Amino acid sequence: MTAQTDVAVQMAIELRGIDKRFGAVHANKNIDLKVEKGTIHGIVGENGAGKSTLMSIIYGFYEADKGEILIDEKVTKISDSKVAIASGIGMVHQHFMLIQNFTALENVILGAESGMMLNVSMEKARKELTRLASEYGLDVPLDVPVEQLSVGMQQRIEILKALYRGARILILDEPTGVLTPQEAEHLFKVLAALKEQGNTVIIITHKLQEIMAVTDNVSIMRRGEMVGHVKTAETNREQLAELMVGRKVLLRVNKTEAKPAGTLLKVNNLSWTDSAGVLRLDNVNFNVRAGEIVGIAGVSGNGQSELLELLSGIKNIQHGSIEVSGKTLDENHQLTPSEVRDIGVAHIPEDRHKMGLVNSFAADEAFILGYHRNDVYNAKLLMDQAAIKNDCAEKMEKWDVRPQDPKLKTANFSGGNQQKLVIAREMEQSPDVLLVGQPTRGVDIGAIESIHNRIIEMRDAGKAVLLVSVELEEIMSLADRILVMFDGKIVGEVPTDVANEQILGLMMANIVPDEVKALQKEAHS
Amino acid sequence: MDLFNNIILILDATLRVSTPLIFAALAGMFSERSGVVNIALEGKILASAFAGAAAAYITNSPWMGLLAGVFVSVMFAMLHGFATVTHRGDQVVSGMAINILAAGLTASLGNFWFHQGGNTPNLVDSLNGIDARFEPIVFPFAKALEDVPVIGGLYSELLSGHFLLVYLALLAVPASWFLLFRTRFGLRLRAVGENPTAVDTAGISVVRMRYMALIICGVLAGLAGVYLSVAVTAQFLPNMSAGKGYMALAALIFGKWRPRGALLACLMFGVLQAIADRSQGAMIGAFEIPVQFIEALPYILTVVLLGGFIGTAVAPKAVGKPYVKERE
Repeated sequence: MTAQTDVAVQMAIELRGIDKRFGAVHANKNIDLKVEKGTIHGIVGENGAGKSTLMSIIYGFYEADKGEILIDEKVTKISDSKVAIASGIGMVHQHFMLIQNFTALENVILGAESGMMLNVSMEKARKELTRLASEYGLDVPLDVPVEQLSVGMQQRIEILKALYRGARILILDEPTGVLTPQEAEHLFKVLAALKEQGNTVIIITHKLQEIMAVTDNVSIMRRGEMVGHVKTAETNREQLAELMVGRKVLLRVNKTEAKPAGTLLKVNNLSWTDSAGVLRLDNVNFNVRAGEIVGIAGVSGNGQSELLELLSGIKNIQHGSIEVSGKTLDENHQLTPSEVRDIGVAHIPEDRHKMGLVNSFAADEAFILGYHRNDVYNAKLLMDQAAIKNDCAEKMEKWDVRPQDPKLKTANFSGGNQQKLVIAREMEQSPDVLLVGQPTRGVDIGAIESIHNRIIEMRDAGKAVLLVSVELEEIMSLADRILVMFDGKIVGEVPTDVANEQILGLMMANIVPDEVKALQKEAHS
Repeated sequence: MDLFNNIILILDATLRVSTPLIFAALAGMFSERSGVVNIALEGKILASAFAGAAAAYITNSPWMGLLAGVFVSVMFAMLHGFATVTHRGDQVVSGMAINILAAGLTASLGNFWFHQGGNTPNLVDSLNGIDARFEPIVFPFAKALEDVPVIGGLYSELLSGHFLLVYLALLAVPASWFLLFRTRFGLRLRAVGENPTAVDTAGISVVRMRYMALIICGVLAGLAGVYLSVAVTAQFLPNMSAGKGYMALAALIFGKWRPRGALLACLMFGVLQAIADRSQGAMIGAFEIPVQFIEALPYILTVVLLGGFIGTAVAPKAVGKPYVKERE
């Protein structure tokens, strides 16, 4: 990996022995990193590997306990973000740092105003942004509150903010997590244009595909340590995954052909309007058969959450009907979430923190949520604490939830183990219909593998599985059929063997490609 | 003509009653726009009213009273800032504590220093040579025009003859608007109340912005208090703020955290109060409307209007949340 060319390679950033602790957590251990000028450098690692902490140190958001930072080969003490900005570092955070009710223009000048009066700053910024927009393909409406803009647009504003402050080194934290494939494609073009102009780009991500597609060099982090630096051209996804996790990982899910039987879940003309009068679900129809996984793809916020909440009884049906386990539910026949559970529907919610768990509960308390009325957990008068604890311990062992301590507070488990706890709780009730929302959001690669295998096992045991995910790769590797949602409607259905990122990406933007149209015609005739 | 005169008198009273509300609502606006909930307005008004009256009496100068009142109010604002910005304490708890502190401290210090049951001595006392009350400002020719129909009422009665602080309150509204929406400081202030993390990453100190907002808040709330004691009553009376800080908060929400909206809400409260004051003993047919009902009217209307008629007011997003740098 050492560049032994005749031309001396210039380093944009060099880290020497960076070390950072948060209380008992050793987030960064003696990190060394060299980022060449004019390259795109990827940093990969699982959640909690310390990537974001490291970048926050470079950006001056935290101060390292030990170590040196060199910018353009000069030792620089970055005590706060101001120094970082002045040194030419710009950062696009995973959660955008935008003021939602400000316009793009106001957001860009915030902190980089050219004087006391706003109108002067605004005019100057407007000129400069127009120039940057045409140079890098970063067109955004300047005078609309950013809350009205798409996520892709908001990200462009973040990049513009950095460039307007004169950034020559741009750090992007998980930049594609919320983008459609087409938006991501455009982002990569912007990054290529930036590199073309001699800028340096650092991308933090856990998506190996992206790393392979856009970067020149990759550094891999694991548990706070830098475990490898490689040239992208000389590596592959399997090797990177192994470095990240520390063992071999199966990236593709092994599964056999589905053997679907009778329909277990049928949704007819389901529509739903929220309290603001916005139509969130628009005449949705589909069915799920026993022994198959139906995937719902789409950019988040296009009605998937509402669909899951209607199916699980959390929201009330307003229009249309749901046939499940021999019952027909409609606006006059509603069931509560616990009644839905009783007829054999389990729900792994999209957001484990908001809906799946109570963070301040002990693991065994969280483990019986929703099933706490079951006889096994109750003695005559009080809850049977011993039974609860033993059952939880047993299931933790079976599902490999670590640490195996039923009395540990839920919040103290890693994301992957919290998710395993929720999945174990729901799957152990052996439901007929399993509703799964974002099963691997914020979950490490190692845990993803086992969660995916569990979902396949449920399918092979003859359950009907509905899988909602924004990760196309996940949908494509697990689902037998894929439905794509846009703006509350099902845009179309694609069999998995036909699906690819291109097709699904177009459908997620409400464009149905010809080959899918042809398939649908065939199915109807 | 009688109706016209009545209306002029009510509007005249409206200005007088609204002034402390306007100061306090603007004070709350700066604080809340920066993300600091300020139910301590009440306490600041009371404390500055006391400090203002006490200092004016001792120095025999309303201007020293003004300085002292504003200074004490700013100190209380700093106390609020120290608890909630520096030490990230709960803003409501700190605000409530300041209110209780102000109520107790003013009464007991007043009693200790002046021995008049918590009151301060009257600021106009020719026997002892005390004249430390603000004088109303009479516009040129106001006296001469007094008896001219319509113009006399509008000019001499309504516009002329108020305390300096009344005019200052009316000027403070456009000035606040300009500061908030047309300057760099205002942009940063609004940003810090919406998304402090974004402000921090833009290289601006969240703590500094919030303290600056609290200083402005303290100055404005101080003016409200000084107006009550040194201008209107010419004396401090225990609990003389009488809920004005809370009314101002309601006006702020009514006005959706914008200067013009807050001004209109304060004027509306003022009008209601003025009408109530003038309607005592009013009859409906043979039935006399109880004074208590009329006095309660502004508050009842506040609840009703807040409850149903103003639509959703969107508060600054980060209001009430102490800013803590998060880690991954």
